[in-house]
Amino acid sequence: MKDLIFKVSTNEKIAKNTYEMVLLGDTSDIKCGQFVNIKLDGFYLRRPISVCCVEGNALTLIYKVVGQGTEAMAKMGAGVELLVLTGLGNGYDTSKSGQKPLLVGGGAGVPPMYQLCRELVRDGKEPAVILGFGSADEVFYEKEFKDLGAQVFVTTVDGTYGTKGFVTDAFDMVDYTYFYTCGPEPMLKAVYNKSKTSGQFSFEERMGCGFGACMGCSCKTKYGNKRICKDGPVLEKEEIIW
Amino acid sequence: MVSLKTSLCGIELDNPLIPASGTFGFGYEFAEIYDINILGSFSFKGTTKDPRFGNPTPRIAECERGLINSVGLQNPGVDKVIENELPKLKKCFFKPVMANVSGFSVEEYVHTCKMLDSEPQIGWFEVNVSCPNVHGGGMSFGTSPEAAAEVVRAVKAVTTKPVIVKLSPNVTDIVAIAKACEAAGADGISLINTLLGMKIDLKSKKPVIANKMGGFSGPAIKPVAIRMVYQVYEAVNIPIVGGGGISTAEDVIEMMLAGACAVEVGAANLVDPYACKNIIEDLPRVMEKYGIKNLSDIIGGAH
Repeated sequence: MKDLIFKVSTNEKIAKNTYEMVLLGDTSDIKCGQFVNIKLDGFYLRRPISVCCVEGNALTLIYKVVGQGTEAMAKMGAGVELLVLTGLGNGYDTSKSGQKPLLVGGGAGVPPMYQLCRELVRDGKEPAVILGFGSADEVFYEKEFKDLGAQVFVTTVDGTYGTKGFVTDAFDMVDYTYFYTCGPEPMLKAVYNKSKTSGQFSFEERMGCGFGACMGCSCKTKYGNKRICKDGPVLEKEEIIW
Repeated sequence: MVSLKTSLCGIELDNPLIPASGTFGFGYEFAEIYDINILGSFSFKGTTKDPRFGNPTPRIAECERGLINSVGLQNPGVDKVIENELPKLKKCFFKPVMANVSGFSVEEYVHTCKMLDSEPQIGWFEVNVSCPNVHGGGMSFGTSPEAAAEVVRAVKAVTTKPVIVKLSPNVTDIVAIAKACEAAGADGISLINTLLGMKIDLKSKKPVIANKMGGFSGPAIKPVAIRMVYQVYEAVNIPIVGGGGISTAEDVIEMMLAGACAVEVGAANLVDPYACKNIIEDLPRVMEKYGIKNLSDIIGGAH
């Protein structure tokens, strides 16, 4: 964990209510599947945002405008300095992926799949990716995943783009050895029920500190209580109680 | 050279900074990022007789200049605290630590304090009387002078270490409760605990916190805390640990002027893990600015 100053390099709208922010700073402490916690002027708690991509000193975050904090972030221009707590959470364990891992991201759960996909491709794996959105205007990063060499399926709930339905409706089109998923909890639960292999789930919860001190984001697992921010956000399928 | 030294119930502190219970775990999360031995002490995670998962989530709601929490005293229970947490604490913190204890009956307080009393590293007990009394119709012990005093008497009877009572601000007369605790044998008073609050989400039109209400803390509550410490200082002769919204070196000085001999920092630790370290490092500069040589000289200076 490091508390560091990052400088906004770019901050662009890439889909409906969805922004891609590139921050420059010391990324040495950041792992795939982790999140950062950003201090914003005028807001008491920090904003936890999942890591989308780390490349050299560039940290890419994709966030959805859901409240006043993310609304303030959307207005930030290049050069703005932000205090960012990095290296939070356990991250994904890529060693369990097998040759053909399936990556399933829904909405704001898509971004962490990107760094994961990059690392799996780099390790010589052949990932398939299912990206789920509500509607065509919410779709982002399809091309970016394809450019990594992954097989990409897009689903939209209203059928305005890709396969109509939920991410689980694309499951039968893929052979996979293991899976990784991040998205809203109902989607995670559907993935849990649909999946035929073991896998890892990345969870979201309202957090106080983001580093394990306050017990604000605890959950029960088969192996005892865990803090989403510190012992998670990634939990293995076998430990989840559903 | 300025001196940050102070003392609490006969134990000398290098400085008045004490991270508040529930914002600092058992210390080792913070020991990963700085040497926590620079602290005066810290108050460890509220411990109960039995393990507790706490309340359902969401447990946290952001507010203006503060947050509401409804963690609900999640802790592994006193047996596991002694078995697992204190050995880990011992490896990263070498000073006397404050044992924060909660209970839902007088017997639970007694059991937990008795178990912890023989732990050598514990310097003080901080008895949290804000919990509901399951035998008293769910009313918090801390809302009645008699109930608070009963807890103090029972805990004092089974412990050898100083007993500091952490008071709830959600009362009509904080002074009456502080005096009752002093009369029952308390060695110190700690205040304030969180203020009961609520936040409603405009999209869902329902409270954000699953448990609906929770404890509000953060800089917004500081004036309430300063006022209550000031009032209690006038009424009792035992030391006061002051806390509530403390985030800066200036806040520490203000709280000591109100009457605190040691100062707790809570919510600030959650937004800045280095909050206490920064305050300690900043104190000499701010003391010089206000012409203060020894912090211990200013305790109660506002009276």
